[in-house]
Amino acid sequence: MTTESTDPLRPSDHVDGDDSITQPRLGFVGWLRWGWRQLTSMRTALILLLVLAIAAIPGSIFPQRMADPNGVTQWQRDNPDLFPVLDALKMFDVYLSPWFSAIYLLLFTSLVGCVIPRIKHHAKALRSRPPRTPARLRRLADFRAVERVSTDAAADAASAVDIAQKQLKALGYRVERYDDKRSFSVSAERGYWRETGNLLFHIALVGVLVTVGVGGGFAYTGQRVLVEGETFANTLLDYDSMNRGRFVGDGALTPYSMRLDSFDVTYQPFGEPGSGQAGDFSANMTVSENGDERTGSVRVNHPLDIAGDKIYLLGNGYAPTITVRNAEGDVVYRNSVPFLPQDNNLFSLGIVKVTDGMPEQLGIRGLFYPTTGVLESGAFFAAYPDLTNPTLTLDVFEGDLGINNGDPKSVYVLDTTDLTQLTGRAVGKDSIELSPGETADLPNGLGTVTFEDESPEGATDMSQSVKRFASLQIHHDQSSVWVLVFALLALGGLMLALFVPRRRVWVKASAGEDAVSIEYAGLARGEDPTLAAAVDDLVAGHARLLDAAGVTAARPVAEPDDPAPAASDTPKVD
Amino acid sequence: MFELTVISPVLLWTAIAIYAASFVAYAFDLARRSQVAAEVRAVRTPELVGVGAASGGAQTPPASDTAPAPRFVMARIGTSLMVLGWVFHLAATVTRSISAGRVPWANLYEFAMIGTLLIVAVYLVVLVRVDLRFLGTFIAGLVVVLLGLAATNFYVDVTPLMDPLKSVWLIIHVFVASLSTAFFSLAFALSVLQLMQSRRERLIAEKAEKTGPGFLRTLPASDRLESMAYRFAIIGFILWTFTLIAGSIWAQDAWGRYWGFDVKETWTFVIWVIYAGYIHARATRGWRGNPSAWLSIVGFSAVIFNFTIVNVFFKGLHAYSGLS
Repeated sequence: MTTESTDPLRPSDHVDGDDSITQPRLGFVGWLRWGWRQLTSMRTALILLLVLAIAAIPGSIFPQRMADPNGVTQWQRDNPDLFPVLDALKMFDVYLSPWFSAIYLLLFTSLVGCVIPRIKHHAKALRSRPPRTPARLRRLADFRAVERVSTDAAADAASAVDIAQKQLKALGYRVERYDDKRSFSVSAERGYWRETGNLLFHIALVGVLVTVGVGGGFAYTGQRVLVEGETFANTLLDYDSMNRGRFVGDGALTPYSMRLDSFDVTYQPFGEPGSGQAGDFSANMTVSENGDERTGSVRVNHPLDIAGDKIYLLGNGYAPTITVRNAEGDVVYRNSVPFLPQDNNLFSLGIVKVTDGMPEQLGIRGLFYPTTGVLESGAFFAAYPDLTNPTLTLDVFEGDLGINNGDPKSVYVLDTTDLTQLTGRAVGKDSIELSPGETADLPNGLGTVTFEDESPEGATDMSQSVKRFASLQIHHDQSSVWVLVFALLALGGLMLALFVPRRRVWVKASAGEDAVSIEYAGLARGEDPTLAAAVDDLVAGHARLLDAAGVTAARPVAEPDDPAPAASDTPKVD
Repeated sequence: MFELTVISPVLLWTAIAIYAASFVAYAFDLARRSQVAAEVRAVRTPELVGVGAASGGAQTPPASDTAPAPRFVMARIGTSLMVLGWVFHLAATVTRSISAGRVPWANLYEFAMIGTLLIVAVYLVVLVRVDLRFLGTFIAGLVVVLLGLAATNFYVDVTPLMDPLKSVWLIIHVFVASLSTAFFSLAFALSVLQLMQSRRERLIAEKAEKTGPGFLRTLPASDRLESMAYRFAIIGFILWTFTLIAGSIWAQDAWGRYWGFDVKETWTFVIWVIYAGYIHARATRGWRGNPSAWLSIVGFSAVIFNFTIVNVFFKGLHAYSGLS
C-alpha cells in the first residue's frame, strides 16, 4: 500500500485499498464489531497494560499538583521556558490528564469486554458435566496404565471405576460416568475456582475503579492550621482550604468543633544519634459534638474520629505571638502567627500583615530560630528544633499590601511589589531582633512591635515561651472501606486464579480374560505444574482402595516400572 | 548495646566475604559445567548428541554407561558457603534488630540487609526441592553487590523511628515487599537464563557452529526455565499485590489518604502493572517465550530501580532511606 494518492479528487492522505486482496466488505456495524473484537483481545489488553505502566512514569519524574503543589511552583521557577510546554502536556497533572484517563478507561473497557463473555462461558461450564472419556487416553501426556488380576473381570472393572469415582469425588472433582459393555470409565474435572477467581479478580478491579470514582464525589478533604488555644468549627468558612467532591453539598458537614489544647513533641537530645529528630507528636484536642465535650488526641498513624470524619496531623511548627502598636500606643495587630518550618531544626518563616491603624499598610517578614546559633559571619541559624534561646528577626515593609482589590493572597507570602523595605540587609539597616518578652521600636517612629512571651507564670526557661501550631487535615470518605473490600476480593481472586489447578482426569477400566486393565490420564487446563504428581497420587490411592476393597489384585510379578516423570524434571546432577 | 552496634557490621562484612567466596565457587562451577558438558559430548557418539538436540537439546544427557554422572563439587561448595554466609547475615540482622529495639527494616541500609537475607533464604529453601544451583552465581553476585553497596554507602547509625514508621504496618508491609522482591529476583535470573537457553536452542536448530556458553548444556530447556520463572513471578506478584494493599491501609492512617501517587506509590504501581502484563503475556499468542521473559527482566529492573534510585534520589513521602 502507498500513502501517495493518485486520484486528484482524494485528499493527499487518502489510502487506496489494496486490490490484490479481496476481503468481504465490512459495513459500519461490521467495523464496530471488528473494533470491539480488537479492543477486547488479550493482545490489546496487554499492550494497554504496558502503555499504562509507561504513562505512569512521568508522574514520578515531575512534581504533581495533587501530591506536591509547592514542588510544581518550584519547578516552574527553575525552568520557566520548559514549564508551559510540559504543563500543556499535563506533565504536572499526569493522573488527571486526558491521555492517562484514556489509557485506563480503554483498558477497563477492554477488560469488561473480555470478562463478560467469559462470565457467560464460565456459567455454562459450571452447569455442564465433565466431557466424554477420550477413546485413546494413551495419547495424553500424563498417562499411566495398570493391569490387575481378576476372577470376574467384567464386574471388577465396573467396581474399580466405582471406587475411582468415589475417590475422585472425595478429592473435589466433579465426576461423570461413561460406561459401555466391556469398558467402564469415569470422567472428572476440578478447579472451577481457577476461572471463578480470575473473573472475581477482574470484576473486583472494576469495583475498585468505580468505587474510587464514585466515592471521590462524596468525599471531602480540608486543611486547617490551629494554634494552641484556637478552636475550629466544622463549617466551610472555618477551613483554610477545602477540596470537596461534586456531590458534597454546603450542608454536608456535620456540626462539631474542636480546640487544640496543647501540642506535644519530643526531640532526640543533643549528641545522640538522630539528634534533633522530632517524634511522638500529639495534638491534644477537646472535641465538642452535640453539646458533649470530650478530649482526644491526633497522632501520626492514629487519626481522630469525629462524626465520620477523620482528623490527621499533617505538620506542626511555631506560632510566635506578635503585637504591633502604632505611634499612639494603640494595638493595631496582635496574633499568634504560624511560621512555616524551613528546615529540620525548625528555622521558620512567617508573615505579618497590618492592614489598618497605621499611616500606610505594614508588612513584616519574620524569621524564627527556636535555638539560635550564630555563624562566624554573624548570621543566625537554627541549631536545634526545641525552644532554648528563641530569636525572632523582623524585616518591615511599608506601602500597599495588594489585598484591597479582592485578589486572594496567601497569608504565607508577602507581595513586595508595592512595598518599601524599611529594615533588613537589603536596605542596609539591621533587622529587628527580639527574644520572647522584648519590644522594639518600628522605624520612622511608626510605633512598636512586641514578641510576646507565652510562658506560664513561674516558668524558669524558654521552653514554653512560644506557642505551637498543628496543621490538621479533616478527611471524609466513606468509600475507602469499599475500596479495601474490592482490593481484598481482587487479591483473593488472584490467588485462586494463579494457584488452583484446573484439570481433567479420566479413569478407565477394561475387562480382559482374567485381568482388568486400568488406565489413568490427566489433562491440564492452563498452568498446572503438579499434574503429573497428582496423577501418580491418584494411581497409588486407587491401588490402595482396590486392595482394601478386595477388588482385583496387583500382579504378583513386579512389572517394569513406568518411569513417571517427577513433579520436577530438572536434572538432579550431583 | 554499644557492643552490638559494632558486632553487627562486622558480622555483615564477614557474611559479604563468605558470599563472595560462594560466588567464586559457583563461578568455577559454571566453568566446570562447560567442561563437563564438552567431555560428555566428546565421549558420546555424534548421533546421540543429535537426538539430544532434537528433543529440546538442553537436558543433561541421562547418566549413561560411557560417561559417569557429573558431580558438581564446586556447586556444593558454593551452596555450603552460601548457607554459612546466610547464618552470619542473619546474625548481623538480628544483632542490628536487638540494638535498634525494633524490626530491622526501617532505613535503606536495613532494607538492603533484610531484602538480600530473604533472597538467599528463598533460594536456599527452593534448593531443597529443585536444583537451581546454576543460579548460585547470580544470587551470590547480586547479594554481594547489594550488601556491599549498602554497607559502604547506605550505612546509618541506629536512630529512633520517625513517627510515621511507628506502626504495625512497618512490620507487615515492608517485610512482604522484601519477600516479594526475593521471588522476583529468582524469576529474573531464570528469565535471563531462559533467553540464553532459547538462543542456544535456536542456534542448534540452525546447526550453527557456536551455540553460546557451554554451561547451558547442563541446564533445563528454555520452556522449563520459563515455567519455573513464571511460578516464582506469580508468587512475587501476589505478595506485591498484598504490599500495595497493606501500604494503602498504612498510608490512609499515616498520611490521610490511601493513594496519592507519591513517587514510591507510582513505581510500586508501575511494577505491579508490568508483572500483570507479564502474566497476561504468558497467555497471549505470540508473547509466550522470549517476549514474556523480557517483561520479567524489565519488571525486576523496575524493582531494583524503585529500591535504589527512587529511594535515594527521588523526592517523596517514602523518604525513609535515613540518608541525608
